[in-house]
Amino acid sequence: MPINKQGKQSKVTNYQLPDEKGHFGPYGGLFVAETLMESIEELNQAYTQYIKDPDFLAELDADLHDYVGRPSPIYHAVRLSRDIGGAQIYLKREDLNHTGAHKINNTIGQALLAKRMGKTRIIAETGAGQHGVATATVAARLGLECVVYMGAEDIQRQSPNVYRMRLLGATVVPVTSGSQTLKDALNEALRDWVTNIDTTYYIIGTVAGPHPYPAMVRDFQTIIGRESRQQMLQKTGRLPDALVACVGGGSNAIGLFYPFIEDEAVSLYGVEAAGQGVETGKHSAPLCAGKPGVLHGNRTYLMADDDGEIIETHSISAGLDYPGVGPEHAWLKDIGRAEYVNIKDDEALAAFHQLTRVEGIIPALESSHAVAYATKLASQMDPEQTILVNLSGRGDKDIFTIAKLEGIEL
Amino acid sequence: MSRLDDCFKTLKKAGKKALIPFVTAGDPDADFTLSCMHAMVKAGADIIELGVPFSDPMADGPVIQKASERALKGGMTLRGVIALVKRFRQQDAQTPVVLMGYLNPIEFMGYEAFAASAAEAGVDGVLTVDIPPDESAELVVAYEKQGIAPIFLLAPTSHPHRIKKVVALAKGYIYYVSLKGVTGTGSFDLDDVANKIEEIKQFTSLPLAVGFGVKNADLAANIAKIGDAVVVGSALIDCITANADDHEQAKAAISSLLNDMRKGMDAVS
Repeated sequence: MPINKQGKQSKVTNYQLPDEKGHFGPYGGLFVAETLMESIEELNQAYTQYIKDPDFLAELDADLHDYVGRPSPIYHAVRLSRDIGGAQIYLKREDLNHTGAHKINNTIGQALLAKRMGKTRIIAETGAGQHGVATATVAARLGLECVVYMGAEDIQRQSPNVYRMRLLGATVVPVTSGSQTLKDALNEALRDWVTNIDTTYYIIGTVAGPHPYPAMVRDFQTIIGRESRQQMLQKTGRLPDALVACVGGGSNAIGLFYPFIEDEAVSLYGVEAAGQGVETGKHSAPLCAGKPGVLHGNRTYLMADDDGEIIETHSISAGLDYPGVGPEHAWLKDIGRAEYVNIKDDEALAAFHQLTRVEGIIPALESSHAVAYATKLASQMDPEQTILVNLSGRGDKDIFTIAKLEGIEL
Repeated sequence: MSRLDDCFKTLKKAGKKALIPFVTAGDPDADFTLSCMHAMVKAGADIIELGVPFSDPMADGPVIQKASERALKGGMTLRGVIALVKRFRQQDAQTPVVLMGYLNPIEFMGYEAFAASAAEAGVDGVLTVDIPPDESAELVVAYEKQGIAPIFLLAPTSHPHRIKKVVALAKGYIYYVSLKGVTGTGSFDLDDVANKIEEIKQFTSLPLAVGFGVKNADLAANIAKIGDAVVVGSALIDCITANADDHEQAKAAISSLLNDMRKGMDAVS
């Protein structure tokens, strides 16, 4: 069944969001305490200036090429596609970047910005540890002090990444408040920022937070989509029929989607984590099953109870275990430009094994959600159609989790 | 005239400064908070700030975070806080009550519904930490319709263009955050606070309350020399934490600290 024949996703022209106050329709914006406003205005000013500055952009490009290893290749997963018997599946290999995920595209950009702003201290929050590692890495390279906040529970789940960050010279601070996961790490990083506002730059790892973070992180991640566009044209002579990416906060997804938003023929699929199933309530799928509210500086879809208290999320993948989502995704959902779907823990695990065995690529559990949905989608499409999946990270960090689930002691 | 304006006017006539205690509603339960509110008025409080517990209190230090967690565990909600104010009003029609919390519970309840129900219960002002004036237009309209004062924060880092934005919308009083940081932590330089307050006074005639880090009677007295009101929060919640098994003892400790602050403040103003 060829998709998109009835124009299922809506057409968008002249897409220029956010507005100058950081709004994507009713979403996004700048919801922080007055104590942070001055710093955020300073950041916005610096970002607006440098994102157009040829010297800054040249330095960024050189780093992305020489240090990160860009451009990342696109790989045609021939055996996987043949096994499924539908559309051709291509993988954007962000897993081959330095530090093993797309996260470094953003941390390089923001760290260079921090340096130009004269900041000497970098802080970050992390869930699975990928953003923490990517931040500690660039901080080491630029000689900046680095403090990473991580939920005490996540520290237990992701000890190899904690050790990596410490090797890189970062201080990893366990967060014991609230649910002791990513959202609480973000709260703690905000508290640090407001306390050390003169010296400190806060590198947020996803397209959430107060304006300008959602726009800025997106802009640093769109290198994924810009490369993909060219590479797919070179490889297949046309644009892909569908793009598929996992969505926690949504930075790898928006990075891939953004340069394709006005391409009506390209369908966009964001894959949320359904955990044990959206119907069980134990999931991390705010776009599929949440409602709009305000958290961590922006208005977006959230997982909260009827009284507006944020509820605990569940996913096998620590990187998708977040109760909110980038505000631009909320808007793309509402206007019908992108479709948000969900994949359960066991489906992601099956896709993890399938890709590993059939293609010799071990995907991160986050990216396995995208692979799982892509195989479902491909099976409903024709063999001459193409799907590009953002393989946002590699799965080395997850082998302990998976071994444990399968009762294997390493 | 509103209870808040009335209160500041009366104090001014008497040459006194306002003492504003903050406790988290429902920490550890609603009945304790209610009796604590009456006790605080008796001990010299002029206005009461009631914290609305939230799962993600980003601007609060560990003391108020823990208070928030205890209150949520005890089942407190935004609607529960409003019901608590209603009960308080049955015995106290005079003391202004200000709610302080985060935006999401209000978003979920709906601006209009929240404002109507809060006003009906006798809430006088609302301070929502994570909504700066830049995003507040709709909320302020809902408050104005119900006669609720929107209360805003200003910080040591607030430059004149921020001060102008805040004073354009603020009513009741302005809450000046004395230090760079979260509630209940760090210490501040009194001269810095005095200078900033003088700067803010050039833009507004609203009373200025000073809080974050006011721990004892001496500090309260010193703040009373330069501001119009002193807010004390974490130090009171410490009294609750230190007397977790004995509510009467906790209330006595809170009353005693407020009494000392009251005396210290009245001696200098």
